[in-house]
Amino acid sequence: MSKITGAQMIINCLKQEGVEVIFGYPGGKVIPFYDALFDSDIKHVLVRHEQGAAHAADSYARVTGKVGVCVSTSGPGATNLVTGIANAHMDSVPIVAITGQVATEEIGTDAFQEADVTGITAPITKHNYLVKDIKNLPSIIKEAFYIASTGRPGPVVIDVPIDISTGLIDEDEKGIIDLPGYKPTLKGNQKQIKQAVEKIYNSKKPVIFSGGGVISSNASKELTEFAIKARIPVITSLLGMGSFPEDNELALNMAGMHGTRYANMAFTDADLVIGVGVRFDDRVTGKLSEFAPNADIVHIDIDPAEIGKVVKTIIPIVGNAKDVLQDLIERYFKKDNKKSIARKEKWVEHLLDLKKKYPLQYDKESPNLKPAYIVEKIYEVTKGDAIICTEVGQNQMWAAQFYRFTKPRSFISSGGLGTMGYGLPAAIGAKAGRPDKHVIDIAGDGSIQMVSQELATAVSNKLPVKIMLLNNGYLGMVRQWQELFFNRRYSETCIQGCVDFVKLIEAYGGVGIRVKEKEDVEGAIKKALEIDNTVLIDFWIEEEENVYPMVAPGAPISEMLDHK
Amino acid sequence: MNHIISVLVENKAGVLAKISGLFSRRGFNIESLAVGPTENKKISRITILVNAEKQGIEQVIKQLYKLINVLKIQELDPSNIVERELVLVKVSTNAKNRAEILEVVNIFRANIVDVAKKSLLIEITGTTSKIKAFTDLLDTYGIIEIIRTGKIACSRGNKKD
Repeated sequence: MSKITGAQMIINCLKQEGVEVIFGYPGGKVIPFYDALFDSDIKHVLVRHEQGAAHAADSYARVTGKVGVCVSTSGPGATNLVTGIANAHMDSVPIVAITGQVATEEIGTDAFQEADVTGITAPITKHNYLVKDIKNLPSIIKEAFYIASTGRPGPVVIDVPIDISTGLIDEDEKGIIDLPGYKPTLKGNQKQIKQAVEKIYNSKKPVIFSGGGVISSNASKELTEFAIKARIPVITSLLGMGSFPEDNELALNMAGMHGTRYANMAFTDADLVIGVGVRFDDRVTGKLSEFAPNADIVHIDIDPAEIGKVVKTIIPIVGNAKDVLQDLIERYFKKDNKKSIARKEKWVEHLLDLKKKYPLQYDKESPNLKPAYIVEKIYEVTKGDAIICTEVGQNQMWAAQFYRFTKPRSFISSGGLGTMGYGLPAAIGAKAGRPDKHVIDIAGDGSIQMVSQELATAVSNKLPVKIMLLNNGYLGMVRQWQELFFNRRYSETCIQGCVDFVKLIEAYGGVGIRVKEKEDVEGAIKKALEIDNTVLIDFWIEEEENVYPMVAPGAPISEMLDHK
Repeated sequence: MNHIISVLVENKAGVLAKISGLFSRRGFNIESLAVGPTENKKISRITILVNAEKQGIEQVIKQLYKLINVLKIQELDPSNIVERELVLVKVSTNAKNRAEILEVVNIFRANIVDVAKKSLLIEITGTTSKIKAFTDLLDTYGIIEIIRTGKIACSRGNKKD
């Protein structure tokens, strides 16, 4: 039997898992890996900082539904991945991170570029491995992909000491999955589903609350079918955007701190909330004791630990969103649907009225360059067909509010962790996964500077992403809080005047466009999409524009602040 | 309230760290913890004593189940278990009080495991309340050191069949 190196075995295993693209950065302890990669047809996207690799892998996974893979060297390389891994963990994204490690016999000696990677990443991974015996390598890789992609998805780290990657192993060694303690529940309990059907059928004021779990389990079709046929309005979480078409009249859009007024009112008045693949995050619920005060809660989630964690649930259903919704649909429509619809008619009409009465708004007549106007134009020009990535902060909320998301896997944003600097590498990962789509990063001037070195990654790897920079010269979201809650004392949030973003992108070999006037917005966006290169449009937006509506921290979501 | 959680885990490197890390991360204090192999050498048992409200303990158990190497978790019902802890107590003595201490040791069915000129080393097993009563008594003579294993517990067998 012929022998191959551990590094070669990793490549073989990645191929077996169907990996086509990986994101990474070489270093001392992964030279053997990169040497094996040299002869492989796996595409490697060389980033400029490992955080970019983790975010790109995360976004690649979100847009394709496959497992994203990133690679770093030991020590600082691995610790640079940490933010990206934590981000994937909070948003339940399947990634496998392969990190180099010092030789087995050096572990624990504070060797050069040594860090306790499994220790550091234990709280932010679904699982992690330190490979101690080369014999286990194929099984570990197989298990890692299986764990990352099944159940509630999440990141898995494989820490590979250099003597493992240079060691020899039989080429034919096959990995097996041996995980006696890991059996995710996919099918929902039929008795519970039956109870949920009764509850929904008899409810007069139900809302569906659809989250990222609906997208990751590819259940958007089922959710949409159910909502439309049963005439139940749908609220989404930030990560659930795109799980239900926002151009449908039943879409109440995003709820919560910067959600729509009508979504928050729907939660407050509902008699039944059907949560699917959501975790009732504090940014959605606001003051918990006043969240959905009149509603019973049916909670469908694949992770039993999410059920009852935040809100009291009357009917818990543990299972995969897709499987549970299929069963729910089958049972529900055995009943007389007309009766059920008639019961909900008044409620639906009421919500449609609220939707007309309280639309998301901004001053359309203003001569100033408004961020909401830019996002609306991006939607118009792309006809809603682009993949929109965002940074974190005001830019993210404007993107969520004013673009209309109609398809799953089209809105890519850092939800739970709120990672500034996510958007640009996410756009790069998205473009690598979906080269056929326009990929746009709706960015802020604060966030993008956390990762601006990745402009080089986009240009040099020929992944032409389009950065729509909403430049207000502030760390805008913090400035907004300072304005509203700290007497406009703008402590350390003004970042004006030191970066020329057009020159910056040009320095990296991309194309820069500056827009200061409203009438130039549409033309610039069109031009950016036509250019086959990374383009950054530096929109000089109104500096002190705020994101509204807004629920003040600690307030109930029924109380919203708005434009004066 | 104190809860005794008995956790069966795969006997693999790093598992204990993951479990104890989870407790601290979710804001729970471990009162005591005992680990050892079971009848199956691939499986270890971790007995954890934790102070928490009922809802908190339910959440911690759910979170523990999410750890890949955790096989089974049992919250033991305090009214239907046998619990034990082994404690080594080094107590200072002199010629005058040595006999008195020996009497206490006999009453509590403890054992003397080492004798020195100015101290005795005593081994005692039992429930938390027995050990507390014992150490309270010895305290009057001056306890030099106490080493405890942490509590272990096993549910009682079915008495009906």
